[in-house]
Amino acid sequence: MIESIINSDKAELTQNTKKGAPVVLSTRVRLARNLVDAPFPERANMAQRSDLMARCANQIADLSQMKNGAFFDVAELSDLERQVLLERHLISRELCDSQSGSGVFINKDQTCSVMINEEDHLRIQFLKTGFSLRSVWKQIDRFDSSLENELDLAFSSEFGYLTACPTNLGTGLRASVMLHLPGLVISNNMDKVIRAVNQLGITVRGLFGEGSDATGHVFQISNQQTLGESEEEILSRLASVFKTIIDHEINARFKYLEENCACLLDQIGRAFGVLKNAYVLNSNEAMNLLSLMRLAVDLEMLPEVNRSDIDRLFIECQPGHIQYVAGEGIEADARDLCRAKTLREEFVQLPALDFDKVNKLG
Amino acid sequence: MSENLKCSHCNKPATVHLTQIVNNKIIKVDLCESCAQAKGVTDSEGYSLADLLSKTNLTLEKGEARIACPDCGLTTADFRRTGRLGCAACYRSFVTLLQPVLEDMHAGTAHKGKIPKVALSRQTSMAKLNDLENALHRAIAEEAYEDAAKFRDEIQACKKAAEYEAIQS
Repeated sequence: MIESIINSDKAELTQNTKKGAPVVLSTRVRLARNLVDAPFPERANMAQRSDLMARCANQIADLSQMKNGAFFDVAELSDLERQVLLERHLISRELCDSQSGSGVFINKDQTCSVMINEEDHLRIQFLKTGFSLRSVWKQIDRFDSSLENELDLAFSSEFGYLTACPTNLGTGLRASVMLHLPGLVISNNMDKVIRAVNQLGITVRGLFGEGSDATGHVFQISNQQTLGESEEEILSRLASVFKTIIDHEINARFKYLEENCACLLDQIGRAFGVLKNAYVLNSNEAMNLLSLMRLAVDLEMLPEVNRSDIDRLFIECQPGHIQYVAGEGIEADARDLCRAKTLREEFVQLPALDFDKVNKLG
Repeated sequence: MSENLKCSHCNKPATVHLTQIVNNKIIKVDLCESCAQAKGVTDSEGYSLADLLSKTNLTLEKGEARIACPDCGLTTADFRRTGRLGCAACYRSFVTLLQPVLEDMHAGTAHKGKIPKVALSRQTSMAKLNDLENALHRAIAEEAYEDAAKFRDEIQACKKAAEYEAIQS
């Protein structure tokens, strides 16, 4: 069912070649919205869930932003298909595990997805590669307003948008960036950063959200609080925290490079060798090797044009993607062979690492 | 003083005493050496009591009133167990329970963000239309035809305004 998603040549996270940036992989904003006249999904019976899904699906399908988009009924997706959508950050783990009467709309370039009957009736998400909180907010705000023209949303003047969980109450807004922070991890400063931003009401999680670990040195950082501040206030507070973290990451890299230049270059060189030649690679190891390759692009050891290839491989080397492409249901061992093969084929096409530029820096 | 205090986690004698200001409230916690280590409390730079307390946010007081939401039937116990509400009306039903929870959870307890103006004005005008139609039916039943004519005109004006708004948006 999801071939169009996998094979798309316009998908934002895997095919966008223009806007990659050091440190920041992508920006996402999501809004939680509910309809006024139906119980929240967890409390609704089957008939109410189906009715709500049909009502919302009709309205969403008509929106211009969803032109040529696709709708998937979660009940009709296989476990593997759900996992692929999860790995592309188009649906959440909660939607994967949901009972029937849930679905998701995904627009053509996979920048927008709307989950129906997740924790809330509607979870709208917009994402973009690189750091662009403002423009993503503008897009989702416009989308939300056009939805409001058609649907009666649950709203109170005191508490704002009403949500199933009080943690999302008010704006219903969760904005996050995916940051690549090898410098802070290698220099053992990540724990300190996590504790410091927690104090500011900001959460740090791994690549796949709650409970996932930070393989590939990739972290998802987002606001925790949604009530008591306007969207503008939340976004500008977040933006300044993100910028501070990015500065710290760059500093950590320079410092590490100053003190351990040979060691770091050796690590990058060996990672490149492994990616080009390994025969068996599990997902964890692949993520960590790819992390070093992204760092190599930042250090100009690999051409900037290859950044998007590496970002794409971060997603395409996830277990679900490897298995989906292999076709048959294959075991973890066989997956590790497929993953290594994919990576060999990709990396053999890259030019040799340019160590000279970094040596000049150091 | 410290001899009398017990660790709030394991009841061993407490040797670490913390005071922090979270959301303008002074919060004190006493911990023994090993619990303090385990929680990372000894690192004074980055430790937050808010994290330690966050798990207890949703645990509500004993002996509180038993409420059930008239719209969806959610009870206080349901809310305490899941931390989630059942429907939009729950926010009215459980407002007294929610207030302290929201204070701990968020930057404030009043919404300062976006307002769905179109949806709200549509909801208000639908409610008004509904009232007028009821009044019209009543007037006809009571044979108060002058009133009925007045309500009919008002309904037409109301519908026209709604159409105009729809075109504008």
